[in-house]
Amino acid sequence: MKIVVCIKQVPDTAEVRLDPKTNTLIRDGVPSIINHDDKTGLELALRLREKAGGSVTAVCMGPPQADTALREALAMGCDEAVLVSAREFGGSDTYATATILGAALRKIGYDLVITGRQAIDGDTAQVGPQVAEQLGIPQISYAEEVDIQGDALTVKRQFEDQYHILKVKTPCMITALSELAEPRYMSVGGIVDAYNKEVKVLGFSDLKEGLNPDWIGLAGSPTNVKQSFTKQPKASGTVLSGLSADEAVEAIMSSLIERHII
Amino acid sequence: MDFKLSKAHLLQQELYRRFAENEIRPLAREMDESESYNMELLAKMKRYGFFGIPYAREYGGAGSDTLAYTLCMEEISKVDASSGITISVHTSLCCSCINDFGTEEQKRNYLTPLINGEKIGCYGLTEPNAGSDAAGQQTVAVRDGDDYVITGSKVFTTNSGFADTFVMFALTDRSIGTKSMTAFIVDRNAPGLTVSADIPRMGIRAASNCVVTYDHVRVPAANVLGKEGQGFKIAMKALDGGRIGIAAQSVGIAQGALNEAVKYVKERKQFGRPIAAFQNTQFKLAEMQTKIDAARLLTWRAATAKDAHENYSVYAAMAKLTASEVANEVTRTCVQLLGGYGFTREYPLERMMRDAKITEIYEGTSEVMKIVISGSMNLR
Repeated sequence: MKIVVCIKQVPDTAEVRLDPKTNTLIRDGVPSIINHDDKTGLELALRLREKAGGSVTAVCMGPPQADTALREALAMGCDEAVLVSAREFGGSDTYATATILGAALRKIGYDLVITGRQAIDGDTAQVGPQVAEQLGIPQISYAEEVDIQGDALTVKRQFEDQYHILKVKTPCMITALSELAEPRYMSVGGIVDAYNKEVKVLGFSDLKEGLNPDWIGLAGSPTNVKQSFTKQPKASGTVLSGLSADEAVEAIMSSLIERHII
Repeated sequence: MDFKLSKAHLLQQELYRRFAENEIRPLAREMDESESYNMELLAKMKRYGFFGIPYAREYGGAGSDTLAYTLCMEEISKVDASSGITISVHTSLCCSCINDFGTEEQKRNYLTPLINGEKIGCYGLTEPNAGSDAAGQQTVAVRDGDDYVITGSKVFTTNSGFADTFVMFALTDRSIGTKSMTAFIVDRNAPGLTVSADIPRMGIRAASNCVVTYDHVRVPAANVLGKEGQGFKIAMKALDGGRIGIAAQSVGIAQGALNEAVKYVKERKQFGRPIAAFQNTQFKLAEMQTKIDAARLLTWRAATAKDAHENYSVYAAMAKLTASEVANEVTRTCVQLLGGYGFTREYPLERMMRDAKITEIYEGTSEVMKIVISGSMNLR
């Protein structure tokens, strides 16, 4: 079984601080990490390999510095790593990204494709399912448990108020929730290996035969960010303290009446 | 000259940092208070390869180097010096003796399980009456057929409470003293070998440190490391390397304490503003960070010299002398910056200050470091 995991390198939002003057995010010097859900995807792939054999390939689309994310994936135990990177790919929205990743996956080959549910920077949860559509394979999103028997997978899919247990045959795609598994650390030897291995790079010329150039990059993206702005923080509330229960009820009620809320 | 770490070293540093933060920090205080090491934590560190960092792949090690090992020691010791010494004694004292002086068979039988994470090692040199004067040993090994019979006792043997493999030193002929000192590999379960309860200590209380008594312990001659009479050389060479680890541990203790103090002074308000806004605080922090960086660079110099197979023993002594003093000064100053809170056990600073003291003592005291350094200066 050839398992391919799509990972994204994202800014570590836990380390992002606000500029106290402008209230905007300070992005400088923020470390880059593997997106949490994607790391869960890597863990899932490694566990499936331990159970059923085969290989795990990590794929990342991004600028050259995304190499670090792929080295980390190798250090966790992945067999191969592929960086999908080209100037032509820059500015891609989710559709264009999925178009490019689809072309890369057709080139790399796969039985099972795993992605994380969504990235902490964009929060769209679109790329995984769009990749499956590009490849024309079945997809199960929001996977919380996955088991493997031969070329069949049993997946517990999380819904808002219920679970679905689904069976699917490869080739297929799964998006993993971070609840699925606690990702392992890299191992020391794994890091040594990671830097002795080659991270294969797939650029525009490697993929252009399977790629419509009208549907990639900034120009080929059907969605564009028109404007981005920092939301006005909500006004801080009023704190009333030292009141008895009755007094508190009275104070809240009169405040609500005063504002014509009730 | 390049003071930058390679990408591979940076990624290792990241691994040790994350592991220390997520896995060790939450346990450090409890382990100190209970004076016992958490065995699940030990198992995790073994699993990820922390006990074989600089050793060759062909024997089961991680295939990295001494510099990477210092990164591990620093990051781990930032949150818990006891974890640092547990890794250090195993790696740079026990395993290095077998790696550097063991036969192929000894490496397969003893080094491999030590560095691939199956077993833990310790190193027994110090005796109740032979500390800095390591030549004053009294433990003897008497040849008997294909075996040696070892009798004596070793004190302050770190890791001995749970170690599987003991590298230890004994005299085969007391009349010629050190010239007969011989290194042996002894299994924990060898009849006659007993390990005391942990010795109550001021710091690194979570680490295991006991008296090991050898009462007519029979060891096959095949377990002699190097040759009979080579023991003193083997012991000293291991300590030279060990000092790099202790230097890195000291840097870690100091940086960990400073990081805690920085966090505190930004939050703590007195006289209407955070105490970080006072120049006294700022200057103290600046002095400490500069000293820590200096100690770290000395440590890295020693490590890279060792990795390049150059003579490193003076570099290691300078690194340990400086870093251990920095660790003591910094932890003491950081407790002072936290004031009364620094003195409480709610904050880790008092533990770090207690832990720092031993770095000026073990694997060669500061005074012994000065003997090593001055010995290289053509003073006589």
